Amino acid sequence: MGKTLYEKVWEAHEVRKLRSGQSQLFIDLHLLHEVTSPQAFGMLKDLGLKVRYPHRTFATVDHIVPTHDRTEPFQDPLAQSMLEALRQNTKEHGITFFDLGSGNQGIVHVIGPQLGLTQPGMTIACGDSHTSTHGAFGAVAFGIGTSQVRDVLATQTLAASRLKVRRINVEGRLAPGVYAKDVILHIIRHLGVKGGLGYAYEYGGSTVEAMDMESRMTLCNMSIEGGARIGYVNPDETTFAYLEGRPYSPKGAEWEEAKKRWKSFASDPDAHYDDVVTFRAEEIPPTVTWGINPGQAVPIDGRIPLLEELPEEERPVAEEALAYMGLKPGQPIKGVPIQVAFIGSCTNARLSDLREVARFLKGHKVKKGVRALVVPGSEWVAQKAEEEGIAEVFREAGFEWRNPGCSMCLAMNPDRLQGDELAASSSNRNYKGRMGSPRGRTVLMSPLMVAAAAVTGEIADAREVFGIGR
Amino acid sequence: MLEKFTTIRGKAVPLRGEDIDTDRIIPARFMKALTFEGLGQYLFYDERFDEGGNPKPHPLNDPRYRGATILLVEAGFGSGSSREHAPQAIKRAGFKALIGESFAEIFFGNATAIGLPCVTLAPEDLEVLFQAVEKDPALEVEVDLLAKEVRFGDRTAPLSIPEAAREALVEGLWDPIGELLEAGELLDEFDRRLPYPRRAE
Repeated sequence: MGKTLYEKVWEAHEVRKLRSGQSQLFIDLHLLHEVTSPQAFGMLKDLGLKVRYPHRTFATVDHIVPTHDRTEPFQDPLAQSMLEALRQNTKEHGITFFDLGSGNQGIVHVIGPQLGLTQPGMTIACGDSHTSTHGAFGAVAFGIGTSQVRDVLATQTLAASRLKVRRINVEGRLAPGVYAKDVILHIIRHLGVKGGLGYAYEYGGSTVEAMDMESRMTLCNMSIEGGARIGYVNPDETTFAYLEGRPYSPKGAEWEEAKKRWKSFASDPDAHYDDVVTFRAEEIPPTVTWGINPGQAVPIDGRIPLLEELPEEERPVAEEALAYMGLKPGQPIKGVPIQVAFIGSCTNARLSDLREVARFLKGHKVKKGVRALVVPGSEWVAQKAEEEGIAEVFREAGFEWRNPGCSMCLAMNPDRLQGDELAASSSNRNYKGRMGSPRGRTVLMSPLMVAAAAVTGEIADAREVFGIGR
Repeated sequence: MLEKFTTIRGKAVPLRGEDIDTDRIIPARFMKALTFEGLGQYLFYDERFDEGGNPKPHPLNDPRYRGATILLVEAGFGSGSSREHAPQAIKRAGFKALIGESFAEIFFGNATAIGLPCVTLAPEDLEVLFQAVEKDPALEVEVDLLAKEVRFGDRTAPLSIPEAAREALVEGLWDPIGELLEAGELLDEFDRRLPYPRRAE
């Protein structure tokens, strides 16, 4: 019987069994940001411990950075103090910190892959649930809490229990105007936001194999919204081509060695899966959410479900969602007015996301009264977008072109919704209050669909707005 | 020596709703801090208070449940973010255990690691418990991690919890740092053997 990538990586990193029955798992790569790390450094200090292997930890600042004016000190003294704490902690412990203006600052899940820090076969942990993003490279990558950040800093290990593995096949060709974001929203819509509890998701099949790396990152990123702490894709030639020549990728003879090693982690053809689910690419439409969790989604052509169409256990949350969103059962989702359009976040703020939108946005204008923002995923993405003229396309269309960070996705910086504004968003969570206003509303969709909403002022089908594939 | 959690006894507060996410448990704006201190007061803030800071009807604002140490929840509790701020806020608000139908993975791990047991009941038992507590807010509920049962009134319901977490809680091993450190030189071996990212010169 063959093994899955998850099993192979686990076995290569299991240091020993703990008395509780959990395993002590070695973490190859540890990523830090300013929100979940200061308390961990505080705990280290209290215990008189040091960072054991500082060469395995890398840090950046993303959650709290203003994207409009980054002049220091920030207007928000709390935000400034979090940045200072990270600077101080990384300096004191000899940890590489990609600071503002370094050229490498950005959303932690954007810069890891971009710099070649993220590599196949690794275990990767970060105090952030979207660490699952790095699974796109065939890494076992997952979010941890602050006490575990402390554990990894002090020992490069953590206590973990093994998950089951569900293989999710997506087969066939995606229609024009349908993206990885639609695929993952479709998967969550069908498997549910609790469907992944207890599982790592392995994504495969011809659709996934044909995806570029940044699409695979979008897919793996939202595994956590489906309840799965880990999502991954087996490493292949696409993975290697993406990694070749990146600043932290192996070079020369080491490159060939690394590729051989990386390939060996891919799941065996006869691997056993605890569950297998298959989706057809042709059946995946542009998908948007209508409620207060990412599983409450419909095709752009669809209607918000009637309560009686839903399984009984889903009805209370659906009712709560409709009341919160100000929407009616049976109402078409298309045509719902928006006030804000947000393109950004660790789900969809990479160069390929922005390129794809710019390709269609040229010649269009943001509808009057809509506040439209693009927040590139990293300083590098921002710079490339300037060089390629992409930033100018967005500005020309009436988008505000911002500096990199997490921004409105969770609104820990000044970017936030006001009152009950409704945002078309390329981010990952439509939870109540997520975008900074306790009454603010979020509709999740692909970046191109956000652009379509920005242009029309309402939830719209990008294929119609931009004349794609019809 | 860590506290051993064998039985937790107290009043319970019923918090209805599926898939309650960590943004609701502790809105992100309250995470702008360098420590977890004072987080308890912001627990479920936007559910409990309107934008003017006035209390809204919410079980946690209900005087009948004041002093409760057990939080009753439904399925998918704690979904979303990895923020340990969520269980920290719950613990710092005075709760000693959670009883629910199911918990999100990261939330569960974070809660266990700070000594906050999360146990599950079969949906029908949980519903009976919810109704019992809603009827009699003073009802004493007992979570027994040794006998693996929840007791209230004249009822006893079997509880579930992953064995490793139960073991860690009852044996006082829930904070693993001491044991992780014991691996000592074995860690150096792994560090030597497993590649890490290096910037080429």
